[in-house]
Amino acid sequence: MIEIAQEELAIDCFLLAGRLLIQSGAETYRAEDTMLRMASSQGFTDAQSFVTPTGIIFSAGHKRPTRIAQIASRTTDLEKIAVVNAISRRLTSGAITVGDAYEELLRLERTNLFFPVWVQLIAAATSSGCFLILFNGKWVDVPSAMAIGAFGYLIYLAMHSLTRVKFFAEFTASLFIGVAAMLVLKAGLGAQLDKIIIGSVMPLVPGLAITNAVRDLMAGHFVSGVAKGMEALLTAFAIGAGIALTLSF
Amino acid sequence: MDWVYQGVLSFIGTASFGVIFNAPKKTLFHCGLVGMCGWLIYFAFMQKGVDAVFASFAGAFLIAIAAHLLSRRFKTPMIVFSVAGIIPLVPGGLAYNAMRSIVENDYVESTQYGAKVFIIAGAIVMGLVFAEVLMQLVFRAIRKRKARMIKAG
Repeated sequence: MIEIAQEELAIDCFLLAGRLLIQSGAETYRAEDTMLRMASSQGFTDAQSFVTPTGIIFSAGHKRPTRIAQIASRTTDLEKIAVVNAISRRLTSGAITVGDAYEELLRLERTNLFFPVWVQLIAAATSSGCFLILFNGKWVDVPSAMAIGAFGYLIYLAMHSLTRVKFFAEFTASLFIGVAAMLVLKAGLGAQLDKIIIGSVMPLVPGLAITNAVRDLMAGHFVSGVAKGMEALLTAFAIGAGIALTLSF
Repeated sequence: MDWVYQGVLSFIGTASFGVIFNAPKKTLFHCGLVGMCGWLIYFAFMQKGVDAVFASFAGAFLIAIAAHLLSRRFKTPMIVFSVAGIIPLVPGGLAYNAMRSIVENDYVESTQYGAKVFIIAGAIVMGLVFAEVLMQLVFRAIRKRKARMIKAG
């Protein structure tokens, strides 16, 4: 009886690790690989896992039931990926037991590793300003690009936590960026409309979705690769539609 | 002078993206360095008059190699370093022009810009993939050689 409870705990632990990885935006092959390595280190040598961006199917072997974990939302949280990776390394090298690993993963699930919102806004502002110059913008436009970039990102964060619809949040943010850039130009504070918009839109670019889609496709995970490529395309479309709407006035 | 401020700005811009993507705090500096390397290679090729497609490929190639080496050193996943690094190479200006042409009902021009965006995005992707395959081959060769040395010695 105790043995069965121990096995259940181990399987819960592997599933949680996989789920945390996918929720934080890790590649599919990393989630599968991590789960299988953890499983084989605990004696589940014939374990199998099938990971997609919206759910995980994990089987620990012939006699044990197959388990499913649902994944409702995904964000970009590189630090969480690194921490899960470190925990799984310690488990497979035998430094900690399954119980310890499960405890740590549960605690990790509850903690918020993100930078405070104001730090993220400053980062959005500096990146907008920097990219404006890198894309041959003028120094006069830097302050307005920084302000618009930070406010656009704030609107994205607010709309995302309010509606939970990512594409709507991106659309409203880019719509705001377009309108604000036009107003700045009307007020005589800016020189080049297009450069200000391009710089301010940068914090919304789906960098992780693009890289992951490719790495998944190359690893042969066509289901996840196509799904993530679609996510990147939809994001690009949402941003483009917001900007196009302002330009059409 | 150009080189200095291009380097500094790409460093700050990429490190800021590290913050937005919540990269671990101790890796933020290295995220910035990776982005700076990629952008300076891209910039160098563009100054020489090389096509943007090849320049993006070269930039992404270097980013993936740097990210791979750093991920081995820090024992963290490679994407921590490469995700922020490729952001400066994303063809935002061309995508913007494609969108503006659509709004202006100039579909011929928008197709041209759109095709260029796709080709450059493809070049970035190819750069990442080629570098990764190359690094895997190199490290496999090193491992084999070490194993043989242990056997012989």
